Amino acid sequence: MQLIACPWCGPREEVEFSYGGQAHVPYPDSPAELSDEEWAHYVFFRDNTKGRFAERWNHNAGCRRWFNAIRDTTTYRFESVYRLDDPKPVTP
Amino acid sequence: MAELLRTHPLEAWAAAFERLPDTVGIAAEPYVAMVDVRLAPVGAESSAALGVDLPTAPNTWVPAGTGRVVWLGPDEWLLTSTTEAPEELEARVRTAVLPLGGSATDVSAQRIGLRLTGARVRDVLAKGCSIDLHPRVFGRGSSAQTALGQAGVVLLALSDSGDDVVVLVRSSFAGYLADWLLDAALEFTHDS
Repeated sequence: MQLIACPWCGPREEVEFSYGGQAHVPYPDSPAELSDEEWAHYVFFRDNTKGRFAERWNHNAGCRRWFNAIRDTTTYRFESVYRLDDPKPVTP
Repeated sequence: MAELLRTHPLEAWAAAFERLPDTVGIAAEPYVAMVDVRLAPVGAESSAALGVDLPTAPNTWVPAGTGRVVWLGPDEWLLTSTTEAPEELEARVRTAVLPLGGSATDVSAQRIGLRLTGARVRDVLAKGCSIDLHPRVFGRGSSAQTALGQAGVVLLALSDSGDDVVVLVRSSFAGYLADWLLDAALEFTHDS
């Protein structure tokens, strides 16, 4: 089984984690001014990247903390993990 | 009104635990008071207020008086006490952390402890836990929140030789985990 390196707990088995979708989706500055279509784009529309993708993960069975990870969607390989307050790493 | 009897969830397993050899000893720990603390940041102020340094290294625990402080997250700890009543511990800890912006919640009924002792402890745990429990990396003072045979547990290392571990498990999972541990220990019960 693949190991995922939790930024707090270290490498743990994949079953201890849950997926949280695309990372770095900013909450709208003024949500009340959005049209229904713009709101729908914020709520439902996500990138469908082939290759390196910045995602949110949660270490359910361990420290229960959210963190971000860069995962390659074609190989499923985790390239890096970083805490929520860290900037998004520059990926080639 | 019928009187409610206070029973330990693992009372029915006591006889089975007693039949185990010393190499795979399992014993249910008595109830202890536990409080979940959320606090950030920690430092000299929190140490002075609580009377104990909250461990900031992930996956560690430290003794605190008669109890323990277990790291659960970067801003979360589990405080236990064997001498205070749950409401006393909660009140004391809450008084200490509230001025610092923290919170304390009594979670005594959430988990109970199982103490595993003996030379075969690591072999038993390895049947359902992927964490490296070799004393080189899991010596006294180490802890781990993980899954053991599908049940969420907190493991606490009590010795530097890997033969003394406390497993904290949710009370409702205790019976399942006790059965699982007895089954995992079965092959070691005939060691000569």
